[in-house]
Amino acid sequence: MAIRTEPFILNMGPQHPSTHGVFRMRVTLDGEVVLDVEPVVGYLHRGIEKLAEGRTYTQNIPFTDRLDYLASMTNNLAYVLAVEKLAGIEVPERAEHLRIIMAEMMRIASHLMAVGFFLNDLGAMMTPVLYMWREREKLLDLFEMVCGQRLTYNYMRVGGVSHDIPEEFLPALRRFVAEMPGLIDEYDQFLAQNEIVLARSKGVGVLPEDLAINIAASGPVLRASGVQWDIRRGDPYSIYDRFDFDIPVGSAGDCYDRYWVRVQEMRQSVRILEQAIPQLPQGEVCAKVPQLLRPPVGEVYGRIEAPKGELGFYLVSDNSIAPYRFRIRPPTLINLTALRDMVIGWKVADLIITFGSIDVCLGEIDR
Amino acid sequence: MTLLEQFQLWLGSIWPEWAAYITPAIIGVVVVLGFVLTTVIIFIYLERRLLGRFQIRTGPNRLGPEGIFQPIATALKVLLKEDIVPAKADKAVHWLAPVIVFAPILLIFAVVPFGKGAIFTDLNVGIVYVVAISSLSAVGIYMAGWASSNKYALIAALRAVAQMVSYELPVILSILGVVLMVGSLSMNQIVESQSIPFILLQPLGFVIFFLGTVAEMNRCPFDLLEADSEIVAGYHTEYSGMKFALFYLGEYGHAVAYSAIIATLFLGGWQGPLLPPIIWFLIKIVAVFCFIVWMRATLPRLRVDQLMAFAWKCLLPLAVINLFIIAAEVLWLPESMPWIMVVLNFAFAGVLILLWSKLFTLGGGRVEV
Amino acid sequence: MTIALNGEEVAKKITEVVPGSVAAADKMAVVVGSKSLYQVAEFLKSTSGLDFDYLNDLTAVDYLDYFEVVYHLTSLKHNHSLVLKTRCYEREKPIVSSVVSLWRAADFQEREVYDLMGITFEGHPNLKRLLLWEGFAGHPLRRDYL
Repeated sequence: MAIRTEPFILNMGPQHPSTHGVFRMRVTLDGEVVLDVEPVVGYLHRGIEKLAEGRTYTQNIPFTDRLDYLASMTNNLAYVLAVEKLAGIEVPERAEHLRIIMAEMMRIASHLMAVGFFLNDLGAMMTPVLYMWREREKLLDLFEMVCGQRLTYNYMRVGGVSHDIPEEFLPALRRFVAEMPGLIDEYDQFLAQNEIVLARSKGVGVLPEDLAINIAASGPVLRASGVQWDIRRGDPYSIYDRFDFDIPVGSAGDCYDRYWVRVQEMRQSVRILEQAIPQLPQGEVCAKVPQLLRPPVGEVYGRIEAPKGELGFYLVSDNSIAPYRFRIRPPTLINLTALRDMVIGWKVADLIITFGSIDVCLGEIDR
Repeated sequence: MTLLEQFQLWLGSIWPEWAAYITPAIIGVVVVLGFVLTTVIIFIYLERRLLGRFQIRTGPNRLGPEGIFQPIATALKVLLKEDIVPAKADKAVHWLAPVIVFAPILLIFAVVPFGKGAIFTDLNVGIVYVVAISSLSAVGIYMAGWASSNKYALIAALRAVAQMVSYELPVILSILGVVLMVGSLSMNQIVESQSIPFILLQPLGFVIFFLGTVAEMNRCPFDLLEADSEIVAGYHTEYSGMKFALFYLGEYGHAVAYSAIIATLFLGGWQGPLLPPIIWFLIKIVAVFCFIVWMRATLPRLRVDQLMAFAWKCLLPLAVINLFIIAAEVLWLPESMPWIMVVLNFAFAGVLILLWSKLFTLGGGRVEV
Repeated sequence: MTIALNGEEVAKKITEVVPGSVAAADKMAVVVGSKSLYQVAEFLKSTSGLDFDYLNDLTAVDYLDYFEVVYHLTSLKHNHSLVLKTRCYEREKPIVSSVVSLWRAADFQEREVYDLMGITFEGHPNLKRLLLWEGFAGHPLRRDYL
C-alpha cells in the first residue's frame, strides 16, 4: 500500500538565519524536495523613492547609502553619475580616479561578504565568513580614513567627492593591494578544492543563459551563466575605459560558477586598483556645483555595474530642487526573479545556497 | 574486579547487606555524574575557545581568567530563561523529549573504563550496551521534532531517524572488527588487550567508526539535524530554558561520550606510559574532541541525500570489507606478529579509501516535479 | 559603449509594422499607445537588427494628467538601447498590457508599479502587491498621495 503524502507549506523567514535580512520565502515542500517558491519582500520597505521626491538632489545621497548597505560607495556613485548626466556637470580628474578606487574597493568588500556568506549557507559554521571579514575590515578602515564612516559613507557628491584622501590612505591601500591577491589565492584554494563545497554547489541551481537574459539578470549572476556583459566594458561610465581588466565568465550557470565569478572579479578589481593608484592626479576633488542644484527639465537613466549587478537610477527633473521621480533599479530584486526556476526540484538545502549565491541585500530589494 | 565491587565487599563485612549494596552504587553514580557534567562544561568552554582560534578571534575571554567562568554564566542564563511551550505542541512528549535525549548519554558512562578497575560496572556485553543505549537518543530527537509542532523541527526529526538508522550500521560493523580481535564484548577487556592501539591495527575500522560516530552525534559535516542555515535550529527550534539546556548538554555529552568510546575502542583507553591512567584517558578524550571541533570549524555541510549516499554507498561496503579482512587475519595470521597486521591493514586501508574516493560519487540532485 | 538608438528612426520602423501605434517620438524615446504596447514590444524583441532581449528597467511616472510607463530596453547582442514609453490617461483604473510573457524581468517590476503607482498590467500571471501589504490603502508613489 502506498503511503499517502501531501506537500506542505513552509514560511522561511522573515526571521531565518539564512535569509540575509528580513526576507520571506513561501516554500511548498514535498518532504525535502522544493515544489514551489514564492519570494515575499517588503519587510524593509522605507519608501525611499517617495521620500526622495521631497528632498534636494544632494540630500538624497545619504538615502542611496541605505539601499545596498554592503556596497554604499557604488550606490553613491550610481546616483551622482545619474545626476551629473542629468545636469551636465563635469567632474575633476582626481575625483574620477578617487571614485574608481572607492568603487573597486567596495566591490571587493561586497564580494568578500557574498563569498563568505555563501560558504556559511553551505554550513561552514562562520569560519570562512570571519576570514572574509578580516579582509573586509581592512577596507572598512580605509573607508573610515576617507570619510569617517564604516558602513554608510555618503562620500560621493554631485561633481566629485566630499573630501580629499588623507596622507596615510595611499600607503595603506598599497599595502592592501599588495597582499590581497595572495590572500584570494589562499582562500580560493581552500574553498574551491573542498570536496564538499564542490559536491554541494556544482550543477546546483542552474540558470541557463537564455533565461538569465530574459529575466534581465545582471552582475555575477548573469556572467556565471555565460553572458559576457559588464557595464564597465559594455557601456563604460566614469573613466573605466582607461583601465585594463578581464570579464570573468562562467559556463554552467550553477552556484559554483557564481562563486567562482565573484572570486575572479575580486582579482580583477585588485588589478584595476593597481592601475588606478599610480595614475592618481593632483587637483580639485569636487567641481563647483550650486548648493541647490536645478537640473534642466528632462529625464535620465544612469546605470553602473554595482557588485551585485546593474544598479540604475531613473531620474526625472522638472527644473526644481528636488527630483520629480526618483526610481532605483534594484539589481538583486530582479535577479531574484530567477530563484523559482533555479530551485524547483532541488532540496531545501539547495534552495538556501542558491538564494545565497544570488547575493541579495534586502535594503536594496525593499528600498 | 572493579574498584566499586571491592568497596562493596569491604563494606559488606561491616554494614548490613542492603546498605553495602546501595551505598557504593550511589557513590559511583555521583562520581560518574560529577565527572560527566564537569567534563561537559569544560568541553563547552574548550570548544568555544578552540572555535575562536580557528576563526581568528579570541572566543569568550571576559568572565574570570581567560573566560573560564563563561560556561557557568551561559548555563545560568539558559536556566533562567522562560520555558516556552508552543500552544499546539504535544505537551507531554515535548516535555519528555529532552530527558530521553539526555539520559542515555549518562547511561553510556556506566561502562566506560576510566582506569584499571575504575569502571562503574564491567558488563560482559559492554559495547553492545553502548550501541543499544546510544541509539535511544534518536527516539528523543524524533519526539522533540514531532512534538514541537514546528515544520523545521519536523524536517529535522525525519532527517534524524534516517541519519541515525543509516549510520548505526557501519558503526556496529566497525565495532565488530574490534570485538573479533579482542574476543570479548567487555569494555575492560577491550582496553586491556590493546598492547598496540587498535587505531594502528585497524585504521580503516577507525576511520569508519569515527565518521559514523560524528554523524551520530550530529557534528559537522553531518550536522543536518540542526543545520542552522537551513532549518533554523532543527529539532530544538521550539525549546527554551531548562529543556534547551538539556539538549545543549546532551549535544556535548554525546560528544564527550563518543570521544570516550573512540578512545576506549581504538586509542588504547586508559593505557599509556608514565602518567596515571585517568590522565591518559582524559588526554585521549580531549584529543578526539579537539579533532571533532577542528572538523566543525573547517567543513561545510553535506546535503541530506549525499549524507545517505555516503553512509550506504561508501561507509557500509567499506565496513563489511573491513570486517572480512579482520576476520581473515584473526583466523590465519600468527598472533605473535601483530606488526605484520599493522602494515597489512594500513596498506588495505590506503588502497580501499583511494579506490572508493575514485569510484564513489555523492550523486543525487534534482528531482523532476 | 551602448548606443542609444534614435527614437524617431525606431518609430518609423514601428509604424511600418504596427500602424498608428506611435503617439510621439523624439531623439530620446518612443511613446506608443497603451493599446498597441504589447505588439510593439514583441516587434522590438523579435526583429533582427533591433533584438531588444534585455529589459533593464520598468517603471512609471505620474504626471498628474497621465501616467507614463517607461521601459528601458537594451540589446546585449548589438549593444544598443532604447527608451519605450506608453501613456495612460485614465486616473481611476489605468490599464497597460503586461510584457511578462516577453521579458520575465518585468515580473517583479510590474508588480511594484501596480503596488506603488496603481497601474494594472493586463496579462500579468500574478499581479499582487510587492512591497506593501495586501489591503494597503492607496498607491504611495502617485503625486497626489500625501
